[in-house]
Amino acid sequence: MIISYFAWAAAVTGFCALAMVGRLIAGPTVPDRVVALDSINTMVIALMIILSLVYDSVIMVDVAIVYAALSFVGTMFIARHVEGGV
Amino acid sequence: MEKAALILLTIGVLFNFLGTVALYRFPDVYTRLHGTTKCTTFGSIFTSAAVVVYALQMYLRTGEGRFTTLSVHVVLAILALLISNPTGAHAIARAAHRSGVLPKYAVVDRLAEDHRKKGGVSA
Amino acid sequence: MVIFVLSVAAYLLLAWSGGGIDPIEAGIAVALGGVMAGLARAWNPGRSWTLAGLNPLRWVKFILFLAFPFLWGMTKANVDVAYRVITGKIRPGIVRIDSGLKGSLAQAMLANSITLTPGTLTVDVDDSGETGVYYIHWINVTDEDPSEESVYGSFGRWARRVAG
Repeated sequence: MIISYFAWAAAVTGFCALAMVGRLIAGPTVPDRVVALDSINTMVIALMIILSLVYDSVIMVDVAIVYAALSFVGTMFIARHVEGGV
Repeated sequence: MEKAALILLTIGVLFNFLGTVALYRFPDVYTRLHGTTKCTTFGSIFTSAAVVVYALQMYLRTGEGRFTTLSVHVVLAILALLISNPTGAHAIARAAHRSGVLPKYAVVDRLAEDHRKKGGVSA
Repeated sequence: MVIFVLSVAAYLLLAWSGGGIDPIEAGIAVALGGVMAGLARAWNPGRSWTLAGLNPLRWVKFILFLAFPFLWGMTKANVDVAYRVITGKIRPGIVRIDSGLKGSLAQAMLANSITLTPGTLTVDVDDSGETGVYYIHWINVTDEDPSEESVYGSFGRWARRVAG
C-alpha cells in the first residue's frame, strides 16, 4: 500500500528533526542554536503535512500553518534579541 | 501515476536528510544557514507536493471533497513556508554578524570592512 | 488594498470545504480583511489605499518569475549545496553588491530570492543611500568584487520588472 511509504517518509523526517537537537545542544554560539531551532521547526511542519495524509485529517495542516506563523515570529524575536534590540 | 507521488516523496526526504547532514558538516553559522535553509525548504516543498499529488489522485478515485480541501490547505502552508523561511534565515544571519560572530575561513568580509570604515562598532 | 484582498482570499480558501461558501463566513472574511488592512496602515502611515498592488500584469509577471527562473535557480542551488555537503569544498566570504533597486518591496523580493538560490545568502541590506546595497555571504567566492550578473543572474531585472 502506497500510504505506508508516506509513513516511512514521516519516520525519516522525524528522525532528521531529532538529529538536529544535537546541534541545538552542542552549537558553539547562540546563532548556531537558532539555526538548529529554525530547521527543526521546518522539519516539524513537513512532518505534520505528511502525517495529515497518513492519519487522514485536514486539521493537522491547519495546525501546521499556525505553527509556521508562530515559528516565524519566534525566530524573528530571537534574532532581534541576539542583535541586542530586545 | 502513483509512482509520481513516490518519486517526489523520495526526493523530498533525501533533501531533508541532506539538510541535517549540512547542519553537522559545515564549519560556521553562515554556511550552516546555506545548507539548512535551502535543503529543508526544497525538501519540504517536495514532500508536500507528493501529498498534493496523492490527495488529488484519491479525489479522482473516490470523489470525496475533503481531499481537495487537504490540497488547498497544503498549498497555503507551503506558501507560508516559502515566504517565512528565507526571511528568517536573513534575520539570523544579520543578527549573527551584528552580535560579532565572524565567518570562519572567509577569504573576504566586506561588511566588517565597511563597519570599520564608518567608524561604527566593528562587528 | 492588496493586503485586504490577500487576507480575504486566504480566509476564504481556509474556510472553503468542497461546497459553497456560507454568507456568514464571507462576512467574517471581509471584516478580518478590513482589520488587517487597518493594522498595516496604522503601522506604516505612509501607505495609501491604491490599487497599484492589484495590477494583474504584475501578478502574471510574478507567477512567470516563480515558475521559470526562480524554480530553476532553486533546483540548481540545491544540487550545488548537496555537492558541497558531500565533498566539503567551500570558499566562503561576504561580498558587497549595489543592486540599484529602489522601493522596499523590490528589495525584499530580491533578498528572499537571493537566499534561496545558488550559493548566496543575504546578510545585511544597507538602504540608507539612494539604492539598496546588499552584503551577500557567498559560499564559493570566485571574485572579491563581483558584478550583479555573476552572483544572482537575472533576478535583479525580474525584481525591477515585478515590483519596481
